[in-house]
Amino acid sequence: MKHIVLKGLFVLWPEWALACDGDCGSKWALLNPRGPIAAHEKGLIITAFALMLLVVVPVIFMTIAFAWKYRASNNDASYAPKWDNSTKIEAVVWTVPAVIVAILAALVWKSSHELSPYRPIASAAKPVQVEVVSMNWKWLFIYPDLGIASVNRLVIPAGVPVSFRITSDAVMSSFFIPQLGGQIYAMAGMQTRLQLVADQPGSYQGLNTQFSGDGFAGMHFETVAASNQDFDAWVAQVRHSSMPLSEDAFKALEIPSENVPPRYFSSVEPQLFERIMQKYLPNADATRSGHRGMHSAM
Amino acid sequence: MNETLFGKLTLSAIPYDNPIVMGAVAGATALTLLLLGMITYFGKWRYLWTEWFTSVDHKKIGVMYIILALIMLLRGFADAFMMRLQQAIAAGGALGYLPPYHYDQIFSAHGTIMIIFVAMPFFIGLMNLVVPLQIGARDVAYPFLNSVSFWLTASSAALVMISLGIGDFSHAGWSGYPPLSEKQFSPGPGVDYWIWSLQLGGIGTLMTGINFFVTILRMRTPGMTLMKLPVFTWTILVTNVLIMLSFPVLTVALALLTLDRYLGMHFFTNDLGGNQMMFLNLFWIWGHPEVYIVILPAFGMFSEVVSTFSGKRLFGYHSMVYASVAIAVLSFVVWLHHFFTMGAGANVNAFFGIATMVIAVPTGVKVFNWLFTMYKGRLEFTTPVLWTLGFIITFCIGGMTGVLLSVPPADFVLHNSEFLVAHFHNMLIPGALFGYFAGYAFWFPKAVGFRLDEKWGKRAFWAWLVGFYLAFMPLYALGFMGMPRRLVHYDNPAWQPYLLVAALGTVVILVGIFCQIIQLVVSIRNRAALRDLTGDPWNGRTLEWSVSSPPPFYNFAHLPKVQTLDAFADMKERGVAYEVPASYQDIHMPKNTGVGVFLGGIAFAFGFAMVWHIWWLSLAAAGGVVAALIVRAWDDSVDYILPAQEVARMERERRQLLAAHGHQSSASTDPHLAPQG
Repeated sequence: MKHIVLKGLFVLWPEWALACDGDCGSKWALLNPRGPIAAHEKGLIITAFALMLLVVVPVIFMTIAFAWKYRASNNDASYAPKWDNSTKIEAVVWTVPAVIVAILAALVWKSSHELSPYRPIASAAKPVQVEVVSMNWKWLFIYPDLGIASVNRLVIPAGVPVSFRITSDAVMSSFFIPQLGGQIYAMAGMQTRLQLVADQPGSYQGLNTQFSGDGFAGMHFETVAASNQDFDAWVAQVRHSSMPLSEDAFKALEIPSENVPPRYFSSVEPQLFERIMQKYLPNADATRSGHRGMHSAM
Repeated sequence: MNETLFGKLTLSAIPYDNPIVMGAVAGATALTLLLLGMITYFGKWRYLWTEWFTSVDHKKIGVMYIILALIMLLRGFADAFMMRLQQAIAAGGALGYLPPYHYDQIFSAHGTIMIIFVAMPFFIGLMNLVVPLQIGARDVAYPFLNSVSFWLTASSAALVMISLGIGDFSHAGWSGYPPLSEKQFSPGPGVDYWIWSLQLGGIGTLMTGINFFVTILRMRTPGMTLMKLPVFTWTILVTNVLIMLSFPVLTVALALLTLDRYLGMHFFTNDLGGNQMMFLNLFWIWGHPEVYIVILPAFGMFSEVVSTFSGKRLFGYHSMVYASVAIAVLSFVVWLHHFFTMGAGANVNAFFGIATMVIAVPTGVKVFNWLFTMYKGRLEFTTPVLWTLGFIITFCIGGMTGVLLSVPPADFVLHNSEFLVAHFHNMLIPGALFGYFAGYAFWFPKAVGFRLDEKWGKRAFWAWLVGFYLAFMPLYALGFMGMPRRLVHYDNPAWQPYLLVAALGTVVILVGIFCQIIQLVVSIRNRAALRDLTGDPWNGRTLEWSVSSPPPFYNFAHLPKVQTLDAFADMKERGVAYEVPASYQDIHMPKNTGVGVFLGGIAFAFGFAMVWHIWWLSLAAAGGVVAALIVRAWDDSVDYILPAQEVARMERERRQLLAAHGHQSSASTDPHLAPQG
């Protein structure tokens, strides 16, 4: 026990400072991006951090220096009890932070647009569509174009952009794969979007970051970025598993459960994602009866 | 029948089967009984009732607020300690000692308590104690309302405490996001306890906000124009504007959630047109100004401390005032940064991100102004100064991580992580709590008449500072490892060493708290040596130091005439600080009243009844509030006149005491006390 406390104490700063540009595992998830979005976000953090150090380091230094130099026992230091104003200093202390904030503001404007989760990733490859449904307490991934689904394991082709549509079938949660890029909320009756791409094959941790009740701590999933070949093989395998996401199977999923192991479904009903969202829309009843009307007319 | 009488309350609401909860209940009950027993044994009930509970004197109400805050700090810290312990052990195969449902209540209670029942009453207590004295007023604008505010706050704190033993507390986080906090997902009484304690305490706070706003605007002594207000009073003025503008939003948000939970409405539910994000917006439209409501007063305290102990005027007073006002205005246009990950468009996120980082400018100016106040000063390293220096350095780090979080794409990866937890503790512990501790040490002699022990105060400071860094720096690192907040258990063994260090930090903070308890005991025992006879132990600059410690209940026998900023320093320089007036006037004073205690008591009964759906009691309590207010409104005997002779007698006694200790009044126009030489 003592050993690991010490390890935590001493290892903390040096290891962080090295920032693992080589491969030192995925321990420092945010500093080891495996996709352009996450890499961009990491770069942004480092740039903003460096800009702020320009003010913060001198301030910390000045605090210590001033406090020490003008300590009461130091009679060599000058004493000006009535000196309380200097236009020059005021100008500097308003201007310097303002300039840094102005630079950061430009960075915010630019990066907010570049890294908007709604902005498609430029790529020659056609994006894979994945629909994400947050449930208590697991993640359902629907591949609408492939007609398959999985729970608590997301398999994607490496090098191909993935376009997510995200909603919730229970409370609010937040969908996050740290090494691939930022998170976004999953909310019932609403759809959010996220665009991610994994540079290379590998396995990355995915999780819910928004506290959602008793099963929250176990609500994570593995993201597997596979080569195109392996991905196609996986899709074929799931399709052949003959475990459809039937209405009963879906109802069983809706029952709250914790630490759910990965599962795969060989087929899904079309428009399942839309139906999950529509359950919560204010005009859901009207829509449903409207459908019924159409069916009976047919 | 039982349901009519007791609502949903049954004996099974008491969690006997949970040894940890029952241990806490037993401990809290034993301490309470011990306290009540001691009061009875020493026969202090009458004294407490007449001198304290029924008092409408702002100084006594202030002291009661501070005592409440310190007691609740112990509870909030116990919660923190339990969380750190759980996270230090619950890695991989180990599940720790807390089940999720209990752990979730602990972090919800910790946040609620630390913000609403520690930070708020602590600064409101100091504000009560100091502000009327700083502006040369004899009391606040509405002394009775002040008493009601305090008792509402105390009764809502009691509501949180009783949830420990009867039922449970909310498990939906201190911010209570729906739909998790809706009936569907949280059917128990926990969220209702959270709602009613926040609601009743919030009403008390809103009334305090109005009270002090009016007090500062209307009750300043002659000559004290707004730009001669002491800087602490300025930050308090701005804070109270924030309270008046933001707390009604919380009241409404909670009321809508109440309608959802009690009457099956759909403001924030998943279905039937509810919109959970509307709650998030409303909550943070209150919640972000709330951050500045607790931090701005601390900024004011740091300003007073730096200036006083540097023996120097505050640098850039005007800048400080404008910076406070700028921070207040900006605090209303940044709420969305609490949920950049909602999926708003890039323009919206960029707007709120930029607005957030703009706040860094006036805040930075304040930091520079404190530095240039020390510059060419004579800085004494007293306990309040140590808290201030610790604050400046630590707050810079927190400010930096805050600006980082205000960059929306950076927030996308840092949101909801331990990095965020580290950031806001890095703002609130140095930015608010250290300030209150500085203020506590600074104004303690004013409140009780003797100083606090310096040695134990400094020990407490170092333990808190080191403990803070140990407890929260590892959390920044964990954020970069992708660890989310609020985990009762985690699989990744790489996180554990950092969480062990964080737990160690909590132990060091506990040492700091012990030092503070010892400091209080030692100071009381050595009170004769620490006595503040003159009322001005620090060579103070503002009017609160011109009166005795503790001040007479009427504060000022004669309203001081203010000519400059730092009015008391100026008076001392001109040799008129202890001038004795030629004659005294009658003073109009408010009478003590038990109505505040009564209202607090029935507010507690109302909250408890609402939590447990005991409708008859809710109605009776609501009726009781109305009845008490009507009775009070018809009561003509709420004030009295303190005759001029009595004022003269009390002032004469003080001067004799001072003279006996070699301290001379500076003028000799007093007909009752002949000059001695």
